[in-house]
Amino acid sequence: MSAKEKIFEKLILISAVVSVAAVALITVFIFSSGMPAIKETGVAGFITGTDWSPTNGQFGILPLIAGTLAVTALALLIGIPAGVGCAVFLAEITGEKTARIFRSAIELLAGIPSVVYGFFGLVILVPVIRNVFGGSGFSIIAGGIILAVMILPTIVSISANSISSVPSEFREASLSLGADRRETIMKVVLPAAKSGIFSSIILGMGRAIGETMAVLLITGNVAKMPEAVTDPVATLTGTIAMEMPYATPQHQQALFGIGIILFVIIVLLNGTAQLIMKRFGGAGS
Amino acid sequence: MKENIREKGPKKLKSLLFTRIIQIIAAITLAALLIIIGYILVKGLPGITWEFLSEDPSAMGREGGIFSIIVGTLYVTVLAVLIAMPISVGAAVYFNEYASGKKTVAAIRFFTEVLAGIPSIIFGLFGFAFFVVFLGLGWSCLSGGLTLTIMILPTIIRTTEEALKTVPMAYREGSLALGATRWQTIVKVVLPCCRGGILTGLILGLGRAIGETAAVMLTVGGSLNMPVSVMDSARTMALHLYNLASEGISEEKTYATAALLIIVILIINTAANNIGKRPFKGGRHKKILLQGAKDE
Repeated sequence: MSAKEKIFEKLILISAVVSVAAVALITVFIFSSGMPAIKETGVAGFITGTDWSPTNGQFGILPLIAGTLAVTALALLIGIPAGVGCAVFLAEITGEKTARIFRSAIELLAGIPSVVYGFFGLVILVPVIRNVFGGSGFSIIAGGIILAVMILPTIVSISANSISSVPSEFREASLSLGADRRETIMKVVLPAAKSGIFSSIILGMGRAIGETMAVLLITGNVAKMPEAVTDPVATLTGTIAMEMPYATPQHQQALFGIGIILFVIIVLLNGTAQLIMKRFGGAGS
Repeated sequence: MKENIREKGPKKLKSLLFTRIIQIIAAITLAALLIIIGYILVKGLPGITWEFLSEDPSAMGREGGIFSIIVGTLYVTVLAVLIAMPISVGAAVYFNEYASGKKTVAAIRFFTEVLAGIPSIIFGLFGFAFFVVFLGLGWSCLSGGLTLTIMILPTIIRTTEEALKTVPMAYREGSLALGATRWQTIVKVVLPCCRGGILTGLILGLGRAIGETAAVMLTVGGSLNMPVSVMDSARTMALHLYNLASEGISEEKTYATAALLIIVILIINTAANNIGKRPFKGGRHKKILLQGAKDE
């Protein structure tokens, strides 16, 4: 092997190392920048503090966690039935031609930037909610509905793959036992595909929690504990994006602290989804 | 539906109802998706005029066009793809051709899959702390581009690896048997076979970079001026859309920017899909080749 080739092979090794190191570097930087803020009040104090008022030096992120959880829960409440329903439609009900069109529509949607969804929510959803429920319209409902649309592609594509990979013998056996299509889907196919569906829901949840621009535009960004679904909320991601550009050093540390919490939540969720898919297979990642 | 004849009424009705409900859910979902895109295109397309594309913004974006923003978008995203390209193709070649099957690679892959879901705002935070502040690059095209590079690396690496996997082992063996070195085999045989796959990865990466807002927001600064050097602050289309929308600056310009963004993303994703559909020029032989690769 010539010296030139050796150099090239070293370069390739370096690129592999760089791509892994980049990921490690992110982890190190987020943690080292945010740890001081969390240490000051302790992890428990940081997470359970109910007062987020950076100008007074109060950095309790419970209202932000509540905001994120509220919009995510609503997104899942709408997104799971719609997403799994679409997956069943794609994999079990419709013919190949419709399924292909449907799939490309879903793919198309997955590519639309989140800020566009946010803008749509701002000009359509927020005014409608303002007229129907009163208040400002910037609310948990607005955020939840838009996030539901945004997590659909994730839930639909992974669930549909997982449903399609259920062996056809399962269906044939069920049908030959006298079950009809509904019974076969509900009692045989969906249970057999449940690990993939479950993973898709976890990944969708991760997407909803991590989504920034859409919620930033429509949830109102008020860091108070929400009491109703029509209340405005601030989310973990939205608060970082909004306040970072003009934050004081101490405030910045607290925002990095939020980054750590988000990081940990997402890694736990995605790690779980990956493990489920690896262990039970059939999810076609 | 011959098999339904013997069924009792209520059961048949239930089954029919079930199918209808699923169909309605699917129809509503599809309609919602099309309405979102359709609405923005209908409201935005009239605003996309030659003046809009060719003039610089004035009065904070209330007047004029978005020329400097298009240039800024190109600066930041092309920079990201150009930097990401050698690193990700190199990494994919290493993972697939040199280290495949190793336990560490499996661990690294798990690690990257998990991190692929990290929210973009975290990348923004990192870019701000590392590129803008720690390396002192300031709010600039370069900071934004580097941040996006890290964000799109996993996408390009994964697509390239998938393309590498479709190259049949027999190609590599044939090349090695003819006396080529491993490196010659990779450069002259394996990589040319997956040009399409690599290109797809790069285009998908570009699409992701153009649509990204949160990571760019904390790193490029958001200046409306025409960027000249990569150290200048700039604004991408997605960021411009956010600024216009959140500050309620000009409805017409906001819709037009959103429509333009959608069109660009649609073109990019369509291109990526069409290239991806034909990784080999072999056409009919592809299936046989793939089968051969599977047998290995």
